[in-house]
Amino acid sequence: MSKTHVTTTINGDVTEFLCEPADTLLSVLRNELQLTGTKEGCGSGDCGACSVTVNGRLVCSCLVLGVEAQGAEIGTIEGIESAEKLHTIQEKFLEHAALQCGICTPGLIVSTKALLDENPDPTEEEARYYLAGNLCRCTGYDKIIRAVLDSAKVMRGAA
Amino acid sequence: MDDITTSRPGVHESAVKHVTGRAQYIDDIPEWPDLLHVATGKADRAFAAILSMDLSAVRQSEGVIDVITTAEIPGDDDIGPVYKGDPLFARNEVQFHSQPLFAVAATSLRLARQACARAQIEYETFVPIVTIRQAMDAASFVLPEKSFVRGDAGVAISEAEFSLRGEQYVKGQEHFYLEGQVSLCVPDEDGGVLVYSSSQHPTEVQKLTASVLDMPMHKIQVEVRRMGGGFGGKESQAAALACTAALFALRTGRPVKYRMPRSDDMVQTGKRHDFWNRYHVGFNQRGEIQGVELDLAGMCGYSPDLSEGIVDRAMFHADNSYYYDSARITGYRCRTNTVSNTAFRGFGGPKGMIAAEAMLDDIATVLQIDPLDARKANLYQPGRNTTPYGQTIEQHVLPGLVDRLENSSDYRNRRRAIAQFNGSASHFKKGLALTPVKFGISFTAKHLNQAGSLVHIYADGSVQVNHGGTEMGQGLYTKMVVVAAQALGVHERRIKVTATRTDKVPNTSPTAASSGSDLNGMAVLDAAQQLVLRLNEFTAGHYGVPIAQVSILNDRVRVGDVTYPFEEIVKLAYLNRIHLSAAGFYKTPDIGFDFEHGTGRPFYYFANGAAASEVIVDTRTGEYRLSRVDILHDVGRSLNPAIDLGQIEGGFVQGMGWLTTEELSWDIDGRLLSNSPANYKIPTAYDVPEQFNIALYDEDNNEDTIYRSKAVGEPPLMLALSVWCALRDACASITDYKFRPAMNAPATSEEVYRCIQVARASMQ
Repeated sequence: MSKTHVTTTINGDVTEFLCEPADTLLSVLRNELQLTGTKEGCGSGDCGACSVTVNGRLVCSCLVLGVEAQGAEIGTIEGIESAEKLHTIQEKFLEHAALQCGICTPGLIVSTKALLDENPDPTEEEARYYLAGNLCRCTGYDKIIRAVLDSAKVMRGAA
Repeated sequence: MDDITTSRPGVHESAVKHVTGRAQYIDDIPEWPDLLHVATGKADRAFAAILSMDLSAVRQSEGVIDVITTAEIPGDDDIGPVYKGDPLFARNEVQFHSQPLFAVAATSLRLARQACARAQIEYETFVPIVTIRQAMDAASFVLPEKSFVRGDAGVAISEAEFSLRGEQYVKGQEHFYLEGQVSLCVPDEDGGVLVYSSSQHPTEVQKLTASVLDMPMHKIQVEVRRMGGGFGGKESQAAALACTAALFALRTGRPVKYRMPRSDDMVQTGKRHDFWNRYHVGFNQRGEIQGVELDLAGMCGYSPDLSEGIVDRAMFHADNSYYYDSARITGYRCRTNTVSNTAFRGFGGPKGMIAAEAMLDDIATVLQIDPLDARKANLYQPGRNTTPYGQTIEQHVLPGLVDRLENSSDYRNRRRAIAQFNGSASHFKKGLALTPVKFGISFTAKHLNQAGSLVHIYADGSVQVNHGGTEMGQGLYTKMVVVAAQALGVHERRIKVTATRTDKVPNTSPTAASSGSDLNGMAVLDAAQQLVLRLNEFTAGHYGVPIAQVSILNDRVRVGDVTYPFEEIVKLAYLNRIHLSAAGFYKTPDIGFDFEHGTGRPFYYFANGAAASEVIVDTRTGEYRLSRVDILHDVGRSLNPAIDLGQIEGGFVQGMGWLTTEELSWDIDGRLLSNSPANYKIPTAYDVPEQFNIALYDEDNNEDTIYRSKAVGEPPLMLALSVWCALRDACASITDYKFRPAMNAPATSEEVYRCIQVARASMQ
């Protein structure tokens, strides 16, 4: 099967890759570009472990084709921190012990960033509703919600 | 110098890697260019004879490198963990829908799956047994029934002032670990295999891989750095992937990855058992239980797997926290043509306990008393302290714990407020329940209660700890750092816990039964103490002081009035040829059970807790919200409060999922219908309680456990029984608590709506 050449921007860097028409963006990120922070939980768009942003919009990368990345701006977990410094959201997940096995964590952090970019001051209800697309089987979510709301508070203060 | 204590909120050892996406799970290991991917061909019948299997089109399919069936297995094709009965691939008969028939190794997962679809298989189809009732009617069992008997329960019930009967159907649960089952196998130069497995039981993966390949265990190395969740689903179920991938690796000489897509994982791996429970109980005016007859029938699926111990544990926990003067508790292990059910957090315990909780609510309804008073009347207490299987409860935590939660949750005032609210004309009804948990800690298979460790002090003063337990997110490695630091008297930053490997610590037990930190913590302590003794003896001799004047504390070695940096003494010890590595070992003392007579002391101790849950139900639809939860839980002296609180919160929510929204369903042909997260709903951030108050009950473990802590993995799951009881309470409120409809689990909105209809009908 012939591969398609795609030029895209990932976490601010112009990136090129070859992929088959049926390859998902998730599989391209993980297998072609070695960006394995984005995880496959279900492969059907139900769990949020593969959350990334495409042109600022939160999506499940398992439901996006690699070729759709052409000309787009992709944001992944690897682009959240800057120059070896953790993002406030990452710091707050540590501080609130908002993780256990950790495999849903990258997706949750990408989703939290998307939430706070859209709505810097979410109510608890809004945060819970927004993050309901990110399944976590370990934590029970309460610590995650505390981390998210605390991040929002700090980020509002910093802005 | 930082304070070194056993009890401080520490951060999970991998947390920075988790939040940055750098934590490496097996599927994240960079792929070799010649890596092969595995898929299996699945039966599309639940019970059938295989008349013919033509795989020629599979072999010719694009990208296919190798195909194996049961005929290609050089050693034992049966990977049953305790009893035989789990063929790696079907032999000539299909036992459950989607059973693996053959496997394909191809250059990509897509090509492997594409090839599998080309198999031509002819079956002779039989009528499958797919429910517990069908199995009970047909006397279809994987193992014989067992009973615990004390006194004559039948007589006690007939002589009691009151008696009642009840039954419930309690469905199982899909693990839904976010990382699916996966194994990566790399052939080595000696004809053996290095196996990366997402497994809670590396030693069993090693043993079964060796036996499938017909080679000694020493040729197989298994490594588990971390799992993306386990919950019991990777205790026995991980082995099939490792065995299959290892066989391909050996046959092709190439690295092989077998990662199950979610859709395969959900239909091909075992789950929590469905149970059908029936009870008959006699009690007095005070609500005290005088006799109980309990029948617990578990749906084991087609093979024994771990079902002997799972149904045993349901029987061991059919008393939950309550004294049964006379009892006959019988467990049935039903054989059905469904996937073989397996370990899941609680290991049968929750299935026995839910029968006890339903029974206590029924007793309260007959006597027209608050269900909490019925529960308190029956809690184990001095004088009423032996379980139906003869173990004495030695530490009576629950009476005080329940009292404290009753107060801190403001139970009585809320009960009054709810009665008032429910008396109004609203379509909404509220329910409240406070339920206890008592959970026995130890593997009931005695030999598993052992652990090993390996601790190295390197010449630069850094320390490496290895042990037989596996990390699945529960924070075991983090706790082991705490144990090693405390035992060695050094700072936690000196210590690194490395991946669990069968060539570092052999013959390990599964990380299961909540035992991870209890067993491995004591083994790490043993190794650390050996090293401290060696170092202190050396230091005393070197400086010519009595050993009593030498100690290691706060990362420094004290010699009389002088202290030296730890690394300085370590370097000296190395130059003086002191052995700076130690293997530690532990076996749990004072346990044992006579399975023939059903008596003994199977558990070293019990972990306890209680939860109060309040729900609000829309009686027009059966939909509900969980409005408030208060939990008080006993972890002994916590090794790490942040981690323990996380286990409690997460265990509760997972239990809540099991009892509310997670519904497994099979069709009459034995096909699993709940086969994706789109039709099997685990809790989301939006489903958890609005008010969620969790506190630790501070009381040291009576037993000599690691720093007097208690196990915390499984017990909190059963705190969620309070949610199920609160939903039933809301349904009973419709009848002014005169009648409490029997409720099955999960209490989905549909089930709650059905109970509301039953409650309404009871008033006509």
